[in-house]
Amino acid sequence: MTGLSFDVAHLLAGGLVLMSFTLLYQDRLSALINVFALHALVLALAVAWQAYVQHAPHLYVTAVIALAFKAIVIPLALHRIIRQLGIHREIETVVGVGPAMLVGIGLVALSMVVMLRVTEDADRLAREDLAFALSVVLLGLLMMVIRRNAVGLIIGFMSLENGLVLAAAGAKGMPLVVEISVAFSVLIAFIVIGVFLFRIRERFETIDIEALDRFREARE
Amino acid sequence: MGLIRDLAIQGVQMLLVLALAPLLTGWVRKVKARLTRRRGPPLLQPYRDLWRLMRKEVVLAENASWLFRAAPYLIFAATWVAAALAPTFATGLMFSWSADLIAITALLGSARFFLALAGMDVGTSFGGIGSSREVMIASLAEPAMIMIVFSLALLAHSTQLSTIAAYTLSSNVGLRVTLAMALVAILMVAVAENGRIPIDNPSTHLELTMVHEAMILEYSGRHLAVLELANFLKLLLYVSLIACVFVPWGLAPVGSGALAALIGLGAYVGKLAVGGVLLGVFETSLAKMRVFRVPDYLGAALMLGLLGALLLFVSRGGLR
Repeated sequence: MTGLSFDVAHLLAGGLVLMSFTLLYQDRLSALINVFALHALVLALAVAWQAYVQHAPHLYVTAVIALAFKAIVIPLALHRIIRQLGIHREIETVVGVGPAMLVGIGLVALSMVVMLRVTEDADRLAREDLAFALSVVLLGLLMMVIRRNAVGLIIGFMSLENGLVLAAAGAKGMPLVVEISVAFSVLIAFIVIGVFLFRIRERFETIDIEALDRFREARE
Repeated sequence: MGLIRDLAIQGVQMLLVLALAPLLTGWVRKVKARLTRRRGPPLLQPYRDLWRLMRKEVVLAENASWLFRAAPYLIFAATWVAAALAPTFATGLMFSWSADLIAITALLGSARFFLALAGMDVGTSFGGIGSSREVMIASLAEPAMIMIVFSLALLAHSTQLSTIAAYTLSSNVGLRVTLAMALVAILMVAVAENGRIPIDNPSTHLELTMVHEAMILEYSGRHLAVLELANFLKLLLYVSLIACVFVPWGLAPVGSGALAALIGLGAYVGKLAVGGVLLGVFETSLAKMRVFRVPDYLGAALMLGLLGALLLFVSRGGLR
């Protein structure tokens, strides 16, 4: 492992974490979708660089899948959905940006402490990728917690899945079949969620998920 | 011989920053005016303003205390020392042993402390508003600055500016995501600290949201001139700090001759000009932010600094 290839991998994986933070920071819906497309683009670059470094051609397929579906198809579809729902100008979060950032930093520190302790004797590059991937996953979960808008939840979920792909690319030996089936299940989940968005909207006239609380008597 | 050379460079540098600071501000104003298709004031206008203010009499409020009169000189002195510590055209300054980033941050912090006090001294409402806002901005900008200093210090194993510049010049820097994050963060902090456009508008006395201008509203005559000069120096300091850490090419190394110093001088003026143009373009293309959005902006800078330090930790494979 030469210095440069490690540095580039570090740069791209670090960029992915940074993009996750930008997702947390961004509260306008259409800009959020654009940032998500960028997130997927950085992921595709990171995976392609892993493929080049590890001489693993099947990872190129993963990169292309990430690029085509997550950076192009899903963002375009999401843009269409929010325009049809007429919510492309909406802004909302449950927690403010500042606290969310602090919690996010805490999660990144946590995942680094955990991962660097656990993977003491693994390859340097794989260790780092796992640490970053765990933080991307945790940030995706955090995003699903702090967003009130269902579209924000979807983007949080998708960014979480990007973290999983990064982990899989870093740890050598994830078979292509698993890779492709994961990609397709995410796509199908996306379609199902898209249908649900319209159903929720039809029934409650909003996609603010706080409206759902009334119906399961969670909050009085 | 070495001592004399260092002393000479230090002296030249102190005079140079003082001489160039108004020119940089004039240059930024000119660029901004040209970008909005106006002719703009001549480049030397800040010097003329200072000269005019120097000759005018000082009008003091009746209830102004000694602090109000002393503060401009304290602020100016602290800022000037800070500006003299950052290597501009040559490394190996005389005060280099004390010239680390933390000292510069502390000097600027104390200057701001006195400015906030002076703003509140006379007891007008504008001064109070300006001071409270300035302190709010500072309470977020300083942690961000300290995080950037930590990232740089972790990378270069020193907080000395000369050492950091030498590290950036050396070939073992590689491709560092931390450096990129630190650069973006320090740019954001510099914009906030100098009260440039997304945070504060430097060219108006008419807005209710003004910060710096609100604090110095009560000043006149030579006090105002000294405060203005301190503000020019602060802008120059941040530009040369960023130039020294992130684009140190052209800096005359320790023990080099007069030719290297001349090249360094040319490179420094070039860097200032480019920095001024970039600042002008940046300011023209943005609108001012609401005051309540400022914490978000500076929170992002703090986050970048913190994240940079964390990423550095991973790449070292730390936690043994």
